[in-house]
Amino acid sequence: MTADISPDSVGIVKPRVQHFAQSLQLESGSELPAFELIYETYGELNRDRSNAVLVCHALSGDHHVAGFHSPEDRKPGWWDNLIGPGKPVDTRRFFVVCPNNLGGCSGSTGPLTANPATGKPYGPDFPLVTVGDWVKSQALLADALDIRCWAVVIGGSLGGMQALQWAIDYPDRVKNAFVIAAASKLSTQNIAFNEVARQAIRSDPDFNNGHYYENGRKPALGLMLARMLGHITYLSDDVLDEKFGRELRHGKIRFGFEDEFQVESYLRYQGRSFVDRFDANSYLLITKVLDYFDPASAAGGNLAEAFKPAQANFYVISFSSDWRFAPPRSREIVRALLEADKNVSYVRIQSTQGHDSFLMPIPHYHQVVRTAMNRIAGTGGF
Amino acid sequence: MELRTDQALIAEWIEPGSRVLDLGCGDGTLMAFLQKNRNVTGYGVEIDETNIIQCLERGINVIQSDLDAGLSDFDEDSFDYVIMTQTLQAIRYPARLLNEMLRIGREGIVTFPNMGHWKCRLQIALQGMMPKSRTLPYEWYDTPNIHLCTLKDFERLCRKANIEILHYTTVDYAHRTSLGMRLLPNLLGEIAIYRFRRSGAPVRTEGDIQ
Repeated sequence: MTADISPDSVGIVKPRVQHFAQSLQLESGSELPAFELIYETYGELNRDRSNAVLVCHALSGDHHVAGFHSPEDRKPGWWDNLIGPGKPVDTRRFFVVCPNNLGGCSGSTGPLTANPATGKPYGPDFPLVTVGDWVKSQALLADALDIRCWAVVIGGSLGGMQALQWAIDYPDRVKNAFVIAAASKLSTQNIAFNEVARQAIRSDPDFNNGHYYENGRKPALGLMLARMLGHITYLSDDVLDEKFGRELRHGKIRFGFEDEFQVESYLRYQGRSFVDRFDANSYLLITKVLDYFDPASAAGGNLAEAFKPAQANFYVISFSSDWRFAPPRSREIVRALLEADKNVSYVRIQSTQGHDSFLMPIPHYHQVVRTAMNRIAGTGGF
Repeated sequence: MELRTDQALIAEWIEPGSRVLDLGCGDGTLMAFLQKNRNVTGYGVEIDETNIIQCLERGINVIQSDLDAGLSDFDEDSFDYVIMTQTLQAIRYPARLLNEMLRIGREGIVTFPNMGHWKCRLQIALQGMMPKSRTLPYEWYDTPNIHLCTLKDFERLCRKANIEILHYTTVDYAHRTSLGMRLLPNLLGEIAIYRFRRSGAPVRTEGDIQ
């Protein structure tokens, strides 16, 4: 099937790889001797290199944010509805950069990469990283691209956490931070969900303590279960009900454990297709990145204090139906930013699609991003 | 950028460089004006989506929030002025909010439609019905304005709530003022504008004196 590439698409795009020969000191104390980041860019960097936007991806995202890799692709990048010529993040005005994060499985150095010490994939031995480590590696990518300061760092969910960390760690390198459907740290319940997901993977008979690459069998069931669980928490009760209700696949109850309800087969499908594109060790690692995120801890638990160095203008956006990172979690961020006297705007978008709302083309949401981005481009003179 | 006359009057009261919170900031006109011409910093608080877009367009900090849910996100004494234009009458607990304004700000400024205006009085007296006017166009059963008051009512509340009125004026629907309004504000003023602070509060906060 050929993709219908519309004029507001960035079109066919090609990822690039940046190799870093220097070692990267990680927060855990470990060190990566060298690493690579795969990334995509859309639009043109202007002459004074001031129109760059960094897009940070969430748990299951990657560097393929917009456009198509080939005309045969059935789906565009994961945030294609937001980014493109004439879209809210307008690639006629902005130069957009999105890397795949360290520890991921889409081309950047991660568990799938060969460990130079052994010649075999790192697997479970890939060091655990943090949002701070990610941001540090992204800053090195910015150096490589000769981008001194981002006009915007934007992300949803775990991506929003990176935007926060950027504003704290590199105050003079971020002009505007969009923190969408995020939280300043995971709640106990969030961590609990992550732990169930991890246990599902780790107790899969094919997991083999993470050394499953050599078996030719991967912990597919465990990863599928983890994704099914995650997926439920990304949607709202209402949207599940609206999509599937109690609809039965065969019209009547069959008194068995086959997937009888439509929602069961939907979840199984979501889980299975995730297994095809994601690595279980990466999933384990990234859930840990989420659990560890807590920028306030570096400031004695005081989030406002942690925000003190930040210079960015913050745009914090939450969604009414998001219960994974509910609006009050965004309000905590806003409250701390107010206390720290930072420039911040906060919008709570009415939505029905739960945490996944941040990926949806909700008109008011897109209008908010478009308006703020236009203003940023206008004051930046590009 | 056109300011309404009540906003223009308020703008004159705002000292340059101060920190301002504008509750129910609407499309952000006043905040944008104050940022540009008085060099103030601060935030607008607004609930309406369309207004929020306009605030973002104007480049002001806007926080989407329901004033009825209180102002607990804001710290004590964090603003020089807390402004609320044409919103007090739509608030569920106005007395509580006035106190909140003076918890987080050194001075408060409010504007509201005056129910003591002679046209309102005449409608009740002659027609025996809830008044409707240019400033109050709604039917009683379908109005956002649930706490209407007169100048006298407002001043009574201030006395009771230990709030000192620093300054007040009234304007008409077109936001003009007149000699009559200055002589008989509660009878002739359509819109009231008050600036106030906590009774007995020092001119500057104690922290500043020390």
